[in-house]
Amino acid sequence: MKSPLDSSRSQPYRLATGGRIDRAKPLTFTFNGKRLQGYQGDTVASALLANGVRLVGRSFKYHRPRGIVGSGPEEPNAILQVGRGALTTPNLQATEVELAEGLQAGSVNCWPSVEHDIGAINGLFSRFLPPGFYYKTFMWPSRMWKTYERFIRKAAGLGVSPKEPDPDRYDRMNTHCDVLVVGGGPAGLAAALEAGRAGARVILADERRELGGSLLDGRDEIDGAPALEWVNAASRELASMKEVRLLLRSTVFGYYDHNFLTVLQRLSTDSTSISRPLIKERVWRVRAKQVVLATGAIERPLVFPNNDRPGVMLASAVSAYVNRYAVAPGSRPLVFTNNDSAYRTVLDLAEAGIPVQAVVDVRPEPNGPLPSRVKDMGIPVIGGHVIVDVKGTKRVKGVEIMSVDASGERVEGRRRSIRCDLVAVSGGWNPTVHLHCQSGGGTRYDGEKGCFVPDAPAQEERSAGSSKGSFALGDCLGEGLEVGAEAARAAGFGDGRVSTPVPTVEDRAEEPLKAMWVAPSRRPPVREHKQFVDMQEDVTAGDIVLAAREGYDSMQLLNRYTTLGFGTDQGKLGNVNGMGVLANHLGADIESVGTITFRPPYTSVTFGAIAGREIGGLLDPVRKTAIHRWHIEHRAVMEDVGQWKRPWYYPQPGESMEDAVNRECMAARNAVALLDQSTLGKIDVQGPDAAEFLNRVYTNNWLKLGIGRARYGLMLSEDGMVMDDGVVIRHGEQHFYLTTTTGGAASVFSWLERWLQTEWPELEVYLTSVTERWSTIALVGPHSRKLLQDLDSDINFEKSSFPFMSIHSGSLAGFPVQVMRVSFSGELAFEINIESDLALAMWQALMKAGEEYDITPYGTEAMHVLRAEKGFIIVGQDTDGSMTPVDMGMGWLLSKDKDYLGKRSLSRSDCVRKDRKQLVGLLSTDGTTILPEGTQLVDDPSAGIPVPISGHVTSSYASACLGHPIALALVKAGRARKGSIIYAALRDGRHVKAEIVSPVFYDPQGERQRV
Amino acid sequence: MLLISCPWCGPREESEFSYGGEAHIVRPKDPDALSDLEWADYLFMRNNPSGRYLERWLHAAGCRRWFNAERDTVSYKIKSVYKISDPAPRGDE
Repeated sequence: MKSPLDSSRSQPYRLATGGRIDRAKPLTFTFNGKRLQGYQGDTVASALLANGVRLVGRSFKYHRPRGIVGSGPEEPNAILQVGRGALTTPNLQATEVELAEGLQAGSVNCWPSVEHDIGAINGLFSRFLPPGFYYKTFMWPSRMWKTYERFIRKAAGLGVSPKEPDPDRYDRMNTHCDVLVVGGGPAGLAAALEAGRAGARVILADERRELGGSLLDGRDEIDGAPALEWVNAASRELASMKEVRLLLRSTVFGYYDHNFLTVLQRLSTDSTSISRPLIKERVWRVRAKQVVLATGAIERPLVFPNNDRPGVMLASAVSAYVNRYAVAPGSRPLVFTNNDSAYRTVLDLAEAGIPVQAVVDVRPEPNGPLPSRVKDMGIPVIGGHVIVDVKGTKRVKGVEIMSVDASGERVEGRRRSIRCDLVAVSGGWNPTVHLHCQSGGGTRYDGEKGCFVPDAPAQEERSAGSSKGSFALGDCLGEGLEVGAEAARAAGFGDGRVSTPVPTVEDRAEEPLKAMWVAPSRRPPVREHKQFVDMQEDVTAGDIVLAAREGYDSMQLLNRYTTLGFGTDQGKLGNVNGMGVLANHLGADIESVGTITFRPPYTSVTFGAIAGREIGGLLDPVRKTAIHRWHIEHRAVMEDVGQWKRPWYYPQPGESMEDAVNRECMAARNAVALLDQSTLGKIDVQGPDAAEFLNRVYTNNWLKLGIGRARYGLMLSEDGMVMDDGVVIRHGEQHFYLTTTTGGAASVFSWLERWLQTEWPELEVYLTSVTERWSTIALVGPHSRKLLQDLDSDINFEKSSFPFMSIHSGSLAGFPVQVMRVSFSGELAFEINIESDLALAMWQALMKAGEEYDITPYGTEAMHVLRAEKGFIIVGQDTDGSMTPVDMGMGWLLSKDKDYLGKRSLSRSDCVRKDRKQLVGLLSTDGTTILPEGTQLVDDPSAGIPVPISGHVTSSYASACLGHPIALALVKAGRARKGSIIYAALRDGRHVKAEIVSPVFYDPQGERQRV
Repeated sequence: MLLISCPWCGPREESEFSYGGEAHIVRPKDPDALSDLEWADYLFMRNNPSGRYLERWLHAAGCRRWFNAERDTVSYKIKSVYKISDPAPRGDE
C-alpha cells in the first residue's frame, strides 16, 4: 500500500494531500530550541504532530510526560510559553496558537528539559501526594508556608511573565447589536443568515480564523456537496450584508448582566518578524438585544488507567488533525468509545489511508449504521471491552483490554494486548454551555444523550445545535435557522419565520451511547494505575473517591479540595467526568452531586487586553494647577494628592528635603512665603435658600454671617463623624462660596447635591463646582501685608478695614482678584483668589514684588508642618471616619439651636463614651525623636500580648521654629491626660517615651494671624 | 454590567451611575424627638430582600440626577425607574 504520508521527510507525519493548509507557504518555527517546519494554516499543535513531536510538556503535580489531547480550547496538556523577551506570553495552548514564521515555543512545566524532568520523581511518590496535600502538609505550621511556597511555586510553574513592558497595543471597542451570534459553525452560520436576512444588526463571532466550526474538521456534505461549499456561500452572503459584522479569531469570553458580552479578538499572530508596535488584541464590549449561542460541543474523554500517556487523544481531535491539517497523529491508531460518533473518526482515518488497528467499544453489540460500515471495511470492532492499561511512557506503545461483565461494572476474563501508537477516545459530548451558565441559565442532565443540556435561559438568549445537545448536522442547521429568525423577531425584525428551506443533509442515525464516567478496571480507583479525570490539575478518579471519603462529597467542596477544574482550561474535559465519578462513588444521580459554577473568562485573556489603552499616563487623569509650569521650572519636587500634582518642597542646590522644608517654614513664620493652594475644592452656592441649606449641612450657624465675611465650617456625615471642613465666604444675601479639602471636592459636591435632590427639593439652591475656574495663592507671613501694599491696588489691606476672616474684591497689580484674610498657618495671611488663566501671571507678580522681602515659595510639606504647629487638623489624616467633632476638640463649632446633618448621632451612647479617642499633642521626652506617623501608643510598654492600645499618632514632624519634633495623636480620653506619659511602639520593638500636651504648639492665643 | 434607564437620559451603562442604597428612607423631621433605637433604625438599618428592591441611583457621569429604580436582586432585572418625587410603585403586579 502506498504510504499516505508526505514524501518530503521534513514533516514525517504530514499527509500527502488534503487539509486547509497552504503547502506553498512553509513556515519555520522552534520548539524547545529545535527548528521545525509547518505550513501556513497550521496551529502549533498540528505542526508539532506533523513533525512527530508527541511529548510536549510535563504535568502539573506529578510531572508525567504529556502530549496533545485536543484540537481547540479544551486542550489541557499542551501549554506553551511563546515568544521571547518582552513579547513572551505564558499559558498559551498549542491548539490555539496559529503558526507563524519565526515563532518560538517551549514547554513550561519541566526542568531541565521535557525529556529529562527531575520533578517526575513526584510520580514515583504519588502515594504521598494525595488530594488536599498542600493543605494537609504545607499550611502547618503556618509560619513555614513562606518557605514551602517558594519551592512549590518553582515546581508548579505554568510559564513565566515577561519582565519588560509589552511593546504591543491592546484596544477596546464598545458596540451594540440586535443579534449577537456566538459560534460560526453550522448552527451559528444558519442563525446569522436568518437574522441578517431579516435586517437585524448582527455580530457573528467565532474563535477560529475561518468560519465553519466543526465542518472544518470533518467530511460532511450539505445539499449533496462538500459542506465547506455551503460554508463559503453562507460567508459570502453574510459579507454582503451591510448590517452584519463578522469577527474571526474572536472568543466570546464573558456573558454578563443585561446581555452584556465581552469578546477577545486576536488581531495579529505571534511572529517575531512583524514590525512593532502593533495592535495585538481588541476587546469588544457588546450590548446585544438578543444572543444566539451556537457554541458547539466538546468531546468527553474516557477515564481509564494511564489514560494520560502521550498519544491518547480525543477522537474528534484526531479527525480534526487528519481532515483540517492533513496530519496523521499516529500511524497505528486504535479507537476506544462508548458511542457511535467515534466511528466517524475511524472512517476519516481509513479515508486518509491510516490503518486502524481496532475499535474497542464498551457497548456489547455496536450495530448501528456507522459501526456496521466500519465492520464492513474489515476493521475489527471489539464490543463489550474496555482498556485496562496503556503501555509506553513518553508515547503510547499499546493497550491492554479486558471484557466487561454482565453488570457492566467489572472486568473479567483474560487481558489482551493490542499494539498501537495512538488511542482515539470518545466518551460522548458535552454541550458548551459555559456562556449560557455565565448568563444565569441552568442545566439539566439528559439521560438519553448522556450530557448536560441548557435549561431555560435567564436572559435574552437562545441556544442552538450541539450547544443545546442537538448533535446531528441536520438539527444544527434547522435549529440555527429557527433561532436566527426568532432572535431577529424578538429584536424587532421580521416575523420569526424561517425564509429558506433547511439544507438537506444525510445524517447517519446514531445509536445511543452508554454513559461511562470511569471505565471498569481490575482494581478500585484508589488502588488502580492513574485514571486521570483532570489532566491539567493531575486529578485522578482515585483522588475524587478519597476526597469523597474524607467528606468532600459535593462538587463545590470537591472542586476546592482536589482542584478539579481549577486549571487554565477550567476543566473543559474533566468536570463532567469528575461529577460522574463522584456520583458513582456515592451511588447517586449525577444531577444530585451539585453543580459547577461557570465563570468568565471562557478561555484565558491577557492582562494587556483587559488593561487596553488604560496604562501609563492614560490610567488615571493627571490634574495640574494653572501655576504648575512655574513649579516645575523652579525644581519643585512634586507630590501626588489624589489626581493632583502639587509642589511638595522646593529644594535649592545642595539642600536636603529637611533643609528645604525648614527654610520654607521659617520664611512663613518670619518673612513672607507663598503657596499654590488651587487644588482646594470650591463650590459656588446661590439661591434664596442658600443660607438655610448651609445651616443644615454644616454644624455651625450661617444665617447671621455678614456679607464679605468668612467662617470656618465643619461638615459631619449623618452618623456624626467629621466628613470635611473648609472656609465659607458670603458674597451676598443669596450667594456663598465654600471650599472643601482637596480630596473631598468631588464627594462633598455629590453629598450636597444628594440632600438637595432627595431630601430637600423644596429648597431653591444652585450648586456649581468652580474648583478649576479659580486658582488660590496663599500669601503668608509677617511681611505679607506690606508686600500687598507695595502693589498697585484699590484694596485697603490695613487691619482696620480688612479684619481677619473677611474678604475684599478689587484689583491687585492690574489683576481682578478676591482677597480673603484666612490663615492655615497661624500667621498673618491673605488668600488671593484669581481666575485660573491669570493665576500664573499673578504668582509671578507676587514673586517679583516679594524679592525685597526674600519671598519664598513653599510646598505641601511645609504647609503640613505649619498647620500642625498650630494644631489645625487635616480631615482624613488626623480623622478617619470614626471621629466626632467633640473628639477633635471642636465642640465649639456645634450649634445648639438648630438641626444639622449628624447632630442627633452625637448624643448616641457610643458618641458620648468617656474613653473615646481625643486629639492631643505629643512631645517625645528626649526632644529629638520624630514619632512615626501611624504608630501605636501604649501605656505600659512591658505589657504582655495582646498589648492594650491607647491610641495612635496621626501627624508628626520636625518643627524648625520650635526647635524640636511635634506630633498630633488620638489618645483614649486624652484631653484629661495632659502632662502624663505614653509610649510610642516602634517597629524594631523599642518604645519612645512621649508627653501628652495640648495640640496647639505655637502661638496658642492665635495673636499672630490677627495682626 | 447593568443597562440602566435614567428617567431623563434613557438607557446607559452602569458605569455612568453610582449607587445610593435603599429608596424611600425619609429623614426624620425632628431627630431630637427620637430614641437612640429609632435614630439608629433610620441611620443603619436597611432591607436586604431576595427579590424586589426599591433603590436609589445617581446618574453621576450624566445628568447628575438622583432617581429610584425597582430592581430584582436575584435576576438583576430592572422593572421600572421613577423620579425621586414619585410614589413607590405597587409591588403586587
